[in-house]
Amino acid sequence: MDAILAVDPLLEGNLLWTPLLIVLLKVLVVFVVGLVATMLMVWFERKVIAGMQNRVGPNKAGPFGLLQTLADGTKLFLKEDLIPERADRFVFKLAPYLAFVPAFLAFAIIPLGGDYRNGNGGMVELFGHQTRVQLADPPVGVLFALAISAIAVYGIMLAGWASGSKYPLLGSVRASAQMVSYEAALGLSVACVLLVAGTMSTSGIVNLQGSVGNWNVVTTGFVPFFIFVIAATAELNRPPFDLVEAEQELVGGFNTEYASIRFALFYLAEFMNTITMSALIVTLFFGGPQPVSIGGTTLDIPLIPNALEGTVWLLLKVLVFLYIYVWFRATLPRFRYDQLMDLGWKVLIPASLGWFMLLAAQRVGEDAGWDRIVVTLVTALVLIGGYTLLQLAMKVSRDNRDRDGASF
Amino acid sequence: MELFVFVAAALMALVGSVGVVMRNNPVHAAMSLVLTLFGVAVLFVQQGAHFLAAVQIIVYAGAIVVLFLFVIMLLGVDRAENLRIEPLAGQRAVAGAAGAAMVGLLTAAVLTSESAVLEDGKGLSATTLDSPDANIRQLAESIFGDNVFAFEITSVLLLVAVVGTVILARRLPKQPEAAA
Repeated sequence: MDAILAVDPLLEGNLLWTPLLIVLLKVLVVFVVGLVATMLMVWFERKVIAGMQNRVGPNKAGPFGLLQTLADGTKLFLKEDLIPERADRFVFKLAPYLAFVPAFLAFAIIPLGGDYRNGNGGMVELFGHQTRVQLADPPVGVLFALAISAIAVYGIMLAGWASGSKYPLLGSVRASAQMVSYEAALGLSVACVLLVAGTMSTSGIVNLQGSVGNWNVVTTGFVPFFIFVIAATAELNRPPFDLVEAEQELVGGFNTEYASIRFALFYLAEFMNTITMSALIVTLFFGGPQPVSIGGTTLDIPLIPNALEGTVWLLLKVLVFLYIYVWFRATLPRFRYDQLMDLGWKVLIPASLGWFMLLAAQRVGEDAGWDRIVVTLVTALVLIGGYTLLQLAMKVSRDNRDRDGASF
Repeated sequence: MELFVFVAAALMALVGSVGVVMRNNPVHAAMSLVLTLFGVAVLFVQQGAHFLAAVQIIVYAGAIVVLFLFVIMLLGVDRAENLRIEPLAGQRAVAGAAGAAMVGLLTAAVLTSESAVLEDGKGLSATTLDSPDANIRQLAESIFGDNVFAFEITSVLLLVAVVGTVILARRLPKQPEAAA
């Protein structure tokens, strides 16, 4: 039983009513927080983009237009639900849920807060039981997140195919190619974090990042972080990687034929995924809900009890990345398709693989007591050799294409 | 509870696998395959093999079936097939016989090895159950320690397959016309 509900001290031994109720409460809270956060994220994005483009943005519904998303949602509920004549009816109805459910599932393994002072390690007390502010903490937490992001492609893919029209199909073919390509780079940059942390559980990874110097963004040497952010943006199909729904070429991409509540589900899933990805970045690289601590002094937010402070820190850190994603959208023009594939396969994957090798060599050298400088030099030489070979291979293929008279 | 999870997961796997062979539409068949993979992943989790479950989803459901669907969509072979047509004569009968033989073999294997499998103290050690990461650690030691040669040979095999595919799919450069 506890193998299924993952490792949480709450669930060891016989199941009693209180722990069961706490778990149910957690599920409810995570679900509601997810929905409300998504609603606010839509508002945040529209407002920030409006600010960057010198517009006002939503300002009618509620204070500062906060309830605009709610109004839009209600409108979508009341709209007519259309199913195209040539659609595959079952898959067409199923696809929005395949997009929506993974978006929420991934939120389950993010540590959402906790008490990280006095060696508490993120545990809080709830109704007399020690527990984590996290829905589930499986030993393979990070892999679970990767698995969910791998599953997310089905919703988009099947939506495009089931619509039975050509633009959505093109959008979904692009989506599957793009998401599968960038998953490799995403996985390899996560592997760097796992190598340094030595554990796959998200709570374990957060616990190891007590101070800014121990944040994984520093200990893995910044490169995996940048690769992760770029690959995550591509996984999310957000600008500048939004070829999946490139309006100018594909009408609306995979969701062209969707209307009403089914469209709302796709929209919700997209924003939910953005929030989850930002939270995952913070968890993996920036210490999650741990308070910021530089050189022995830990910053403290006054008036907030320690048990809640973790949540506030997480919120602050996640907001930074949400802002960055909106910023990307407002400033960067969309990639061309061949540029997208070049970036994924010829830059990100070799770079993350090379960096992973560098970190692994350092690790082995440390264990065996080798000279650090020699290890770094040898690895660098091997990497340069690999890079030269890659460049040579690309030159050969470019020459071949030129000879065939290709135009790109 | 354990029985309930097992029955639910086993049903998922069975319904999915029947769907793979019975559905007319290739896309529906591929989705049934995903259902089967999920059912098996749940069974893995139930046995405490979290890592195996995660890898099953990432590799099979997340990459291989996506590739199937990609090819189906790209080539436009997503029209419903007529299942009555037998491309090879006598295919059905042979497949049925092979399936029955497989069931017989598996049953025989389970029956004869029952005593060996259920012995106490075999399988997962106590340390594995105590530390959540030990499962992954044991797997890593087995793959990259004890069986590292077999592992590397397998990866070379995959590399050979990739290179072979590239060579087969490559368009040869146009030969210059022989001088007149």
